[in-house]
Amino acid sequence: MVIEIAKPRPLWQILFSTHHTDVALLYLITSIVFLMLGGALALTIRTELLTPGTTIIGDADLFNRIFTVHGTTMLFLWVLPFISGVGNYLVPILVKYKDMAYPRLNAVAYWMAVPGAALIWLGWSDTTWMAYPPYSTMRAAGPAADMWIFGLKILGLSSILGAINFIVTILKCKHPDLPMMKTSLFVWSILVTSMMTLAALPTFTAALIMLYTDRLGVSGFFDPARGGDPIAYQHLFWFTFHPEVYIFLLPAVGMAYELIPKFSRKPIFSYGSGVIAFVLLSIIGFASWAHHMLATGLTFTEKTVFMIGTLAAVPMSAMHVFNWMATMWGGRIKFAAPMKFVIGGIMLFFTSGAGGVVNTTLPLDFITHDTYWVVGHFHMMLMGTVSFIFMGFLYYMFPLITGRMYSERLANVHFWFAFIGTALVFTAMHIVGLYGMPRRVWDYVPDPTIIALNQIATIGAYLIGIGMAVFIALLIRDSVKGKPADMRDPFGIGEIYYDYRRREPHH
Amino acid sequence: MGSHVIYEWIYVGAVVSLLIWVGAEAWYGEKLLHEVPKDHITIKVTGQQWFWTFEHPDGKREVGTLHLKAGKVYKFEITGKDVIHAFNIPHFAVMIDAVPGRINTIWVKIPEDAVGEYLIQCREYCGLLHYNMRANLIVEA
Repeated sequence: MVIEIAKPRPLWQILFSTHHTDVALLYLITSIVFLMLGGALALTIRTELLTPGTTIIGDADLFNRIFTVHGTTMLFLWVLPFISGVGNYLVPILVKYKDMAYPRLNAVAYWMAVPGAALIWLGWSDTTWMAYPPYSTMRAAGPAADMWIFGLKILGLSSILGAINFIVTILKCKHPDLPMMKTSLFVWSILVTSMMTLAALPTFTAALIMLYTDRLGVSGFFDPARGGDPIAYQHLFWFTFHPEVYIFLLPAVGMAYELIPKFSRKPIFSYGSGVIAFVLLSIIGFASWAHHMLATGLTFTEKTVFMIGTLAAVPMSAMHVFNWMATMWGGRIKFAAPMKFVIGGIMLFFTSGAGGVVNTTLPLDFITHDTYWVVGHFHMMLMGTVSFIFMGFLYYMFPLITGRMYSERLANVHFWFAFIGTALVFTAMHIVGLYGMPRRVWDYVPDPTIIALNQIATIGAYLIGIGMAVFIALLIRDSVKGKPADMRDPFGIGEIYYDYRRREPHH
Repeated sequence: MGSHVIYEWIYVGAVVSLLIWVGAEAWYGEKLLHEVPKDHITIKVTGQQWFWTFEHPDGKREVGTLHLKAGKVYKFEITGKDVIHAFNIPHFAVMIDAVPGRINTIWVKIPEDAVGEYLIQCREYCGLLHYNMRANLIVEA
């Protein structure tokens, strides 16, 4: 058992452990801490936007720093560490191996994330998480921007090490009696995203070095006065970060595949189509990066190519959704917290998916681009789908981690506050975007409609905040005082739970 | 299980045809917008931290305010002086980035009945006063 409160281990034993469950626990705790910190920044942003002009933040500089750190934190210090955490816990169990392939590399990858996070939080940069030059190279204040660059560099390296470890564990350490085509779809999702990480991240890593030498003034990659081109950075950036969108999403899809058959008490509708959709999406995900740049002055041909590349990724997501619904169809569904979060996540996935089609539809992109519509769109995906399924999966893993059961009643409160809040805040953001409100603004035009929509969004954010407060209270209380869980079948769904004897660390 | 998988492929077929239709419509719409009408008037737009400068064909320059005539077609040639901005008139759905070292063009036909005052704003993050990088568009009869 990992945090066995009844039989505690000294903290240093967990901190210096290389066992996969201990590293996983460190990843999970880190990610939840940063979810709360990033969430606090989000509530600050929403409070500031409650009224036009100054509400609580005196100047735009602080506001710009807050949304930069919020974005960087949520993507790199909540979503990615959470994926690594769950992957560390479950991949060795699901491929029937004793640990990760390289346990020490695994611990190194985790411990690299710590200085990376520290650089981002101590630097407090104002470049936005995309750090487009020339702003980030010529105007952004140092040392904050430099610390951001180094922080992301370290986090990127940590991701690459983690990805290598997962690929080797899955492909080389899998039990010989377990064929790849019988391995859990969650393992497939981790395999596919790890390969995408290896293919996508080096580009951004290179772009960060170019950004830094440009900041030092020794090169002019992105400076038109020295023969460079600012748009080149955007290509390098989005070549990494559009695939990265799928790196965020696919593990959540894999988790949904773990949960839905169990809580519907039915086998997966079509395992094969799940695998096909994962593999195809991991390839097609690389063909759409410039849809983030449709308004930078691409040629008509370029725009057409990237619109087709983007639309081509939609059927794969649709296949997953079909697979989930067909699995649930006619099943005896048990609406415990994990299942509620997954169903909520799938519902919100429709809105974000449909919004994505609108964004790539060429003439419409010029209405939505860089407005609050886009903010609503990607939050609907990252909060509404990815984070919802993550939180649901955390509830599912709760007995595995703590040996205790969480309070279903409080989890229900958490779910409804989070679900209603998410629907409210991000739908309002979509609409206010159509009224032309740009993103990343500290103040907005005092038009009555825009004010009203911002206030609806802020109320939604507060609802999420209440839900998250309940969530963190539940996690702390029930991991200390929760009822001991039935470790064979903690949810009473007639499924054999994960092999809980794993909980005894062996080295 | 196996025999039901056909439903999934029918559904995927339906999704794909829907996307082809959406894509074709979008492509056609963009194609129409791509060709600038012949009788346009060119306005040179420069964005810099944190204001807009406009230059009319007769060399007249305006800062922070742009006067246009209703019923005319305008082509904007847009560039950025320091960092990337985005030139945006929400009311007329005019939007394109102002990138240093590049000139991006976009055109708009101001309707006959559109006399009035409209907002011009920056839609790409450009630093401290990005939120306030606005200008007035005054459409005259």
